[in-house]
Amino acid sequence: MIGLCMTVMTAQAVIETYEFSDADLERRYHRLSDELRCPKCQNQTISDSNAPIAKDLRFLLHEQLESGASDDEILSFMVARYGEFVRYRPGLDSNTALLWYGPLLLTLVTLFALALHLRSRKSVVAPVEPTEEEREALRARLAGSGGEQKVRS
Amino acid sequence: MPRLKLFLPLAAFVLLSLLLFRGLSLDPTSLPSALVGKPLPDFELEELHSGEILSRQDIIGEPMLVNIWATWCYSCRVEHPYLLELAAQGVRIIGLNYKDDGVKAIAWLKDLGDPYALTLADSEGMLGLDMGVYGAPETYVVDANGVVQFRHVGVVDAQVWQSLLAEWFPEFQSKGVAQ
Repeated sequence: MIGLCMTVMTAQAVIETYEFSDADLERRYHRLSDELRCPKCQNQTISDSNAPIAKDLRFLLHEQLESGASDDEILSFMVARYGEFVRYRPGLDSNTALLWYGPLLLTLVTLFALALHLRSRKSVVAPVEPTEEEREALRARLAGSGGEQKVRS
Repeated sequence: MPRLKLFLPLAAFVLLSLLLFRGLSLDPTSLPSALVGKPLPDFELEELHSGEILSRQDIIGEPMLVNIWATWCYSCRVEHPYLLELAAQGVRIIGLNYKDDGVKAIAWLKDLGDPYALTLADSEGMLGLDMGVYGAPETYVVDANGVVQFRHVGVVDAQVWQSLLAEWFPEFQSKGVAQ
């Protein structure tokens, strides 16, 4: 239900429509407007914000797409003005290295810890094989009971 | 050694707490301007009053504040009296009338006083866009060479002037402006 409300609100937030000369441009428009972050409203993309600045950026995005700019050109145009902040998928540099490699690093650390843990547990619960004498004793006992051993619950 | 191991979760917890505590004291709305350290972008805009076309070369040459304002912006009205005081002290302030109606803007300056040495009429917000403006008011410090040194988002008052802006205007720093 909440999800539905959100969808409706999002649909209302963006009121202007753009005509595209090419279906591919329209696809790129939607992808880029979902990747660019609204500088004013912080946690919305420009496609779901109704802030004036988001509207301006959508207008600009449409203009640039129609004039034949590449995705990289458009993104660097935006970054030059609003900083790396406007990208929800920031480029890789010293500031964002932790962001990009952090999950991989955490996974590796976890796997390493898991491996260590499993290994130490294995040595504790190593199966104990009965010795030859014990086997002999067992067999004797089984034979002695004449096959009438009861199953104990 | 095995005893020390018992403290590992505690150590991890303390580290994580420190990290999150640091996160609490960060201001998520502070956005570093991409323009700091770069020249003020080129433009060709009309002066609000005279209608004369001005470019970047016409306004740079001495340290100045570039104040982004509009009549639709409530906080601009709040900071306006303080801008008048700064201008009276001799601080050069260039107004950038951002996405506004020229007639309303002229009326506003007539009513409330005009702190601006010049006012650029950026009715389409195109210079604003090139400067990375995302709202009003915003105030930029531009040095004598036309390089942007600092950007403040929000109202300029005595405290903001003293702590953030005055250092770029050494000749006015000592005077200060009382609130």
